[in-house]
Formats: sequence, C-alpha cells, structure tokens
Amino acid sequence: MASLLELRDVEARYGPVRALHGVTLTVGKGEIVAILGANGAGKTTTLRAISGTVKRDGAIEFGGKPLRGGPESAARLGIAHVPEGRGTFSELTVWENLRLGAYTRRDSSAADAQRVLAFFPWLEERRNQQAGTLSGGEQQMLALGRAMMQRPKLLLVDEPSLGLAPLVAAECFRNLQVLNEQEGLAVLLVEQNARSSLAVSHRAYLLETGRVVLSGNSDEIASHEGVRRSYLGY
Amino acid sequence: MSAYSRFLVPLFLVGCAIFLLIGSLQSALFAQLTVSGLANGGIYASLAVALVLIYRATQVINFAQGAIATFTTYIAWQLMTWGMSYWAAFFLTLGIAFVGGTLLELITIRPVERRGNILTVVIATLGVLILVEGSVGWIWGAEIRFMPSAFPARFIHVRGVAFSLQDLGTIGISVASVVILWVLFRFTKVGLAMRAAAFRPEAARLVGVRVSWMLSLGWGLAAVLGAVAGMMAAASPSVLLQPNMMDGVLIYAFAAAVLGGLESPAGAVVAGLLIGAMLNLLGSYVSWVTPQLLLPTAFVLMLVVLLVKPSGLFGRTQVRRV
Repeated sequence: MASLLELRDVEARYGPVRALHGVTLTVGKGEIVAILGANGAGKTTTLRAISGTVKRDGAIEFGGKPLRGGPESAARLGIAHVPEGRGTFSELTVWENLRLGAYTRRDSSAADAQRVLAFFPWLEERRNQQAGTLSGGEQQMLALGRAMMQRPKLLLVDEPSLGLAPLVAAECFRNLQVLNEQEGLAVLLVEQNARSSLAVSHRAYLLETGRVVLSGNSDEIASHEGVRRSYLGY
Repeated sequence: MSAYSRFLVPLFLVGCAIFLLIGSLQSALFAQLTVSGLANGGIYASLAVALVLIYRATQVINFAQGAIATFTTYIAWQLMTWGMSYWAAFFLTLGIAFVGGTLLELITIRPVERRGNILTVVIATLGVLILVEGSVGWIWGAEIRFMPSAFPARFIHVRGVAFSLQDLGTIGISVASVVILWVLFRFTKVGLAMRAAAFRPEAARLVGVRVSWMLSLGWGLAAVLGAVAGMMAAASPSVLLQPNMMDGVLIYAFAAAVLGGLESPAGAVVAGLLIGAMLNLLGSYVSWVTPQLLLPTAFVLMLVVLLVKPSGLFGRTQVRRV
C-alpha cells in the first residue's frame, strides 16, 4: 500500500521535557491505523507532532513531501486533526462550526455540507444551536462533520470515545469505519480503549515512553500475549 | 444569580428606554438633551467596540486606542486642510487607519506577545499610547485645530423640538459603522475566522485559521472604529481637536465596554449610548452635577459594575459541557 504519511525518528518536547524519543510509523492510503499505549506514552504528542502543534524534530513526510510549519499549513495540505476534547467552538453555532471546517477550501463546500448532513441528519435541525450546548456524543459527531468539510486526506483523531456512553462510542467508531470504507479516508486513531480501536483499525502501533515498541496488523497485535495482558485485560 | 439577572437586564434596559421616551415626549429640552447625549454615546460606543474587539481576541485592554483615534483624526484634518473634500478625507482616513492599526500590531504587539504574558502586552499598549500621543504633538503641535463637520450646522424641528443635524449624523454614522462591523463578523468567512480565533485560538489553528493574522486584522478594524469615533468627536461641540482630545472619551468608552460586559460588541453599543444619554441628562437636570463631575461619574459607574456585576449587561455566558 502506498504510504500517505511517514514518520522517521520523530522527537517532540514540551519545554525541557522530551515526550517522543524517535517515533517511526507510516499510514497508508485508505488505512485506519491505531496508536495504543498507556497514559503518557506519547500518543497525543505523536498526533500533535504531525499537525505541528508541538515542537518536533525528525522527518515527517506527507504525500511524499516533507511536512513543515504549524497546524495552519497541515490543515491546508489535507490533514484534519480532531483533538482530545474535540476542538469544538462552543460559542459558535453548529453551522458555523461546519463552515470553519471548510475554511481552507477555495472551491465551493456546498456539496460537502450536503454530504455531512446526509451523514448526520440531526445536524440540520440543530444548525443554529450553540455548539457548546450539544451533548458529548453530538459534539464528537460535529467534530467529525467539521473534519469532513475540510475534505481531508488524513484524519487524526484523539480519544474520540472519551466521556461517551458505550453505545455512543460504538457509533462513533462505526462512523470512522464508514468514512474510511466509503471515501477511502485514511485515519490515524489514538484511543484508550484498545479493544475498540483494534477492532476498527487495519494496523496498530504500541507506544511506550515515547517509542514504538510493537507494530503489526491489528488482529496480530490483538492476539499478542503482552498486549492482551496489559491493554486488553484478559 | 444568573437566572434572575436574565430578567433583570432586559427589565433595566426597557426601563431606561421608557424613561427616555416618556421624558422626551413630555419636554422638548429633555428630547434635545437625549439626542445630543445619544450622539456623544455613539462616539463612546464606537471606541468601546474597538476596545472590545481587541479585548475579546487577546484579553488585553488597549490603552492606546484613544491616542490612535486622535492620530487618525489629525490625518483627516490634514487631508482636508490640503483641500480634500470631507467624505474623500473621511474614507481615505479609514483606509489609513486600517493599515496603520494592522502595522502597529505587527510591529509593537506581536513581538511582545510571543514571549510575554498579558500584562506585558498591556504595558506595551501603554508604550504605544505615549508614542502615538507624542507623535501627534510633534507633528501637529499642541494648538487647538478646527475640525470641519460632515453635517451642516442646522437644526430640524419636529413638534417643537430642535434636533441638530450634527447630532443626528453622529448617531447615524456611529451606528452604521458598528452595524457594518457586525455584518462582517456574522456573514463573512473572514469574520467567522476572526471570531473562531478569538474564542478558541488552538482549535482555530487546527482548521487552518492563521490566528496571528486575525489579531492584526482585529487591530486594523479597531483603529478604523477609533478613527470614526475621533472624527465624530472632534467635530462635536464638546471636544476640541488637540493631542489629548480622546483622553476623556476613552474613559467613557472604558465605562461603556465594562458595562456592556467587555466581550460583547452589542453590549458596548447599548452601554455607550446609554451612558451618553444619561450623563447628558444628569449634567443638565441635576444642578450640582457640573461638567467636571461627569468623568468621575463614569469612573464610579465602571467601578460599581466591576464590583457588583463584573460580567456587565451582556457578558458572555459560558456554555460548555465537559
């Protein structure tokens, strides 16, 4: 599979604290890749290094070209980052949130708006509601909708199930899967819930203290002895 | 508290409106004073909205806002002295103010903001205040100039009440400039991006908004509003065109911005008009309130609002589910 995103020995630090000690990973076109790991392993930082919201070193290539600059440039290249906490503009309306998703687009986004509304029909009747008044699950779907408006090549999602009821979380993962299958959207997924993220992803990486310690197809990882004990709990 | 202030604030505003309306219908003098007060209020409102624009984006009170307004008013005066017609000079000045405000942010604020905290930026705006006010004195001198008005010095008579065209025009222009700004924020892509950058800078960057450009743009727009306020103020009978002419106006604008809730442009407008009208009536009807007492009154009002209801009349209600 042609690789869309490639990280080689990527390091990142917050002030004097180094959070990533050389992470190497790839995401292929049309692939869902999961990043697993305990708290503080560097999962979120890996996403932030890719979108440029944290200072980073090492080589990152996106679509065969080196990735430089901050999140503004990453967004223009087609990387949508849905951060932990969803990055919802809670003071703005649902519709304004969606419009912001298309901010970097120069062409018309009307067709994408229709697509998003077909995906999440309830957004239509809530379009003038302040986004901060939505429930957690609704905000997560709004965040996905906003990312779709950007028409990204790669979606970075951080802890989408955080704070969601199990059924809502399951729906959220299903949405990711449908987006991936229907539109060929590549997804890099960071998720505490190893079981769900291994179920939806094609491949996975396991991070420990800022390094990749294990990688492979998701079903292989799921049956790996150590992963089963530490992250799946059986 | 919030449940009952939800009714209290509209009640208070409707009460004020009824008071002004009934008074104006009862007495011609009251009506005239209300309108000239609203004209002052329009000026306070424009400058207050300029303060709110910058505060909302960066949590910084721009102390230089009045001085920048003075500077641009002098530019308008200079252009007219060179023979330009009023409206040509007016719009050219707005353009210059926009570019100047944007550059000022780029040169003086952005380098400080990158490394410092909010307090550092506030001090930087104080520096800009001194710099700009000093340049005005250096370029144009301290003597009082005569600023022409866009409106003829005539009155129109409605049911025995004489309204000056100057006052009506000032109200019209101040309100129009704020409405245009509102349209920009509400209906354009760049306006939406500016609001996003003000509310959630981190999330705005993730969708591709260049937040630092939006801040410069905000300074440019604030300078434009300040220029409108300055040109209107200098042409009004109560303010003279001199280097410190906006000092008093800035205090009223502070009071209006605080009363309006500091983050709400609509609140700043309503509060500005209200303060203008009420202070004008107060100064005329209450015999011991001399003009010297009006500025301190605005200051006391500001303190009371900060102590009793810091979120002001239109303060942003935090809606967030965690």
